[in-house]
Amino acid sequence: MALIEVRDLVCRYGSRTILRDVSFDIAAGEVVTILGGSGCGKSTLLKHMIGLISPASGGICIGGDEFIGSDANTRQCILRRIGVMYQSGALFGSMSVLDNVRLPLETFTRLDAAAIELIARLKLRLVGLEDFAALFPAELSGGMQKRAAIARAMALDPQILFLDEPSAGLDPVTSAGLDALIRRLAESQGMTFVVVTHELASIHAIADRAIMLDRSVQGIIASGTPDELARHANPIVSGFFLRKPED
Amino acid sequence: MNDHASTPVTTLHQDGEGWQLRGPLQLTTIETLWPQLRAQLKSGDILDLAGLTHCDGAGTALLFDLSRRGITLQGLGEENARQLAALQPDKALPVMHTARKAGPISQLGHQVALLIGQWRNQVSFIGGLLLALKNSAPQARTLRSSEIWRLCNDCGTNALPIMALISLLLGVILAFQSALPMRQFGAEVFVANLLGLSLIRELSPLMMAIVLAGRTGAAYTAELGTMKVNEEINALLTFGIDPLRFLVLPRLIACTLMAPLLTIFAELIGLTGGALVMKGFGIPFGTFMGQISGAVDLGDFASGMLKAGVYGLEIAGIGCLFGLSAGNGASAVGNATTRAVVYMLVTLVVTDGIFAFIYYLMGW
Ligand SMILES: Nc1ncnc2c1ncn2[C@@H]1O[C@H](COP(=O)(O)OP(=O)(O)O)[C@@H](O)[C@H]1O
Ligand SMILES: [Mg+2]
Repeated sequence: MALIEVRDLVCRYGSRTILRDVSFDIAAGEVVTILGGSGCGKSTLLKHMIGLISPASGGICIGGDEFIGSDANTRQCILRRIGVMYQSGALFGSMSVLDNVRLPLETFTRLDAAAIELIARLKLRLVGLEDFAALFPAELSGGMQKRAAIARAMALDPQILFLDEPSAGLDPVTSAGLDALIRRLAESQGMTFVVVTHELASIHAIADRAIMLDRSVQGIIASGTPDELARHANPIVSGFFLRKPED
Repeated sequence: MNDHASTPVTTLHQDGEGWQLRGPLQLTTIETLWPQLRAQLKSGDILDLAGLTHCDGAGTALLFDLSRRGITLQGLGEENARQLAALQPDKALPVMHTARKAGPISQLGHQVALLIGQWRNQVSFIGGLLLALKNSAPQARTLRSSEIWRLCNDCGTNALPIMALISLLLGVILAFQSALPMRQFGAEVFVANLLGLSLIRELSPLMMAIVLAGRTGAAYTAELGTMKVNEEINALLTFGIDPLRFLVLPRLIACTLMAPLLTIFAELIGLTGGALVMKGFGIPFGTFMGQISGAVDLGDFASGMLKAGVYGLEIAGIGCLFGLSAGNGASAVGNATTRAVVYMLVTLVVTDGIFAFIYYLMGW
C-alpha cells in the first residue's frame, strides 16, 4: 500500500486555480522529487500534503489515514509521522539553533535533558552545523538556516520528510552532502522523502522518481525516473532537463 | 496509528562478561532504555548488538553516546554501522560557548555604552532628517505625494472612530464628575469653563497623542523594523535612495499634519459629550457654548494645536527611529516596538511638562 496517496487534488487561492486533478502515490522508502518552473505550484502542493491548506476538493492519505477533514487525534498522529522543511527555513528567531532542534524533542519525548541535547547536536552534526549550535537564526547565512531547518525537521525521526527547495542557496559541496544524507536515510532507515527541487544534479542523485508540474496543464505534466523525463517526448519536460529556455 | 502498541520492546540482557541488546532502537523505545544503559554499563564493557533490528536517528544517537563512554559495541549490522559512522563517533562534539555572566561593573559600562550609542543614534537621525528635508525642499515633487496622502489617511482618517469613542467618553466623564460637586455650590454652569480649558489646552492633545502612539507610532516601528529584517532598507541604500527621505519624511509629514486635525476632532467630540451631560443638568446648549467662548480664547486653542503638532512629529520620529535601528529577526521587531511605545509615552510626558513651563513663563 502506498504511504502517501493524493487523489484528484484541486488547489485554489481564492478563485484562482493553481492545480487541478492531481493524483499520485508515493511508496514507503521512496525519494520523490517534485519539479517544475517557478510559480507552477510546487510549494502549494506541498502545503496541501502537509495539511497546512485544505484543498478545494480531493483527498490526501498518509499512512492509510485520511488527512483531509480528519479529527484532531488522527491529525496529530499523521503530523508525528512527517517532518517539514519550509522554503524559507522558518526557524524560530527567538531561539538558538540548538533550541530549535531541541523543541520538538522536549515537547514529544520523555528523554532527559542530556539525551535530548545529544540527539539535537548530532542532528546538527549530520547537516554540518555542529559548530553553530549556540547561534541564533538571524546570525546564520541563508544556506545555513536551511540546513538547520532540515535538522529540526529530522528531530523526531519522522517517517516522511518534506523538503521545499533544500539545496537552493547551498554551495555545491554542501548540496552534494545533503543529497548523500537523503539517500542514506532513505536506504538505511526507509525514510520517505518528498523533495521540491530545481537542481538537476540533485534530482539525478537522489530521485527514485520525479513528478513534474507545469502551469500550462495546471497539474502533473509528466512523471517517471529522472532519466525517463530527460528523454520525454514533450519538449517542455525534456527542455527542463536540457536547461533550454522556453520560447 | 498505533505506533506505541505495535512497537516491540527492546531488552537488555547480561550474559557472563558482556551485555546484549535486542529489538528495535528508536525514539519510542529508548526513553527508558537510555538512563538504564547509562546506569548499568561502564567504560570497557562490551555490548553485543547482533540482536538489534531497526535503528533510527535517535537510536543511533544512543549508540553514539555509548561509544563515547568507552563501551565497546559489537556485532552492529552493516546499515546501522554506516549510520553510526556518519555521526563520526570518534570526533568529540565541540564545546558550546555559553555567554558568561558579566560582573556589575562591566554591566554598568555596557549600559552606559549602550545609552551613549542610542544618543548618538538619535542625534544622527535628527541630523539626517534635517539633511533629507533640506535636500528634498527644492524638489518637493520627489516626495511621493500619493504616499503621503495614503499615510495621512492611515494615521488620520482611519483613527477617527477610536478617537471619537475615547473623546466622547472623556468629555462625558469629565463633565459628569465635575458637575456633581459643582452643583452643591450651584455652579454647574462653570463646568463648561473647566471642560473647555482642560480639553482644549491639555487633554485632547494628550489623548490624541496616546492614541496616535499606540495606533500609528507602533505600526511604523513594526513596519520599518520588518523592512530592516527583510533587507528592504539595504535594497534602498544600494539604489542610493535615502531611507530617511523615502520612508521617514513622508511619515513625519503625515503625522505632523494629521495630529492637530485629529485634536480638533477630539475637542469637538469631547465638548459635545460634555454638552450632552450638561443638558441633563439643566444647562442649555447655548449657555454652554457661551461659557466656553468666554473662557477659551484663540491663544488656548493655538497652544493646544502647537502641542499636538509637536506630539505628532515626535511620535512619527521615534517610531521610525526605533524601526530603523531594530536588530535582526522577528523577536527584534517586537522588542523595538515595545521600546518605541514606552519611549513615545515618556517623551510625551516630558514634552508636556516643557510646554507647561514655557507657557507659564510667557504668561500664556
Ligand atoms: N498565499 C497565496 N495567495 C494567493 N496566491 C498564492 C499564494 N501562494 C502562492 N500563490 C500563487 O500560487 C502559484 C504557485 O505558487 P507556489 O506554489 O509558491 O509556486 P512554486 O512552484 O514556485 O513553489 C503562484 O502563481 C502564486 O502566485
Ligand atoms: Mg516554492
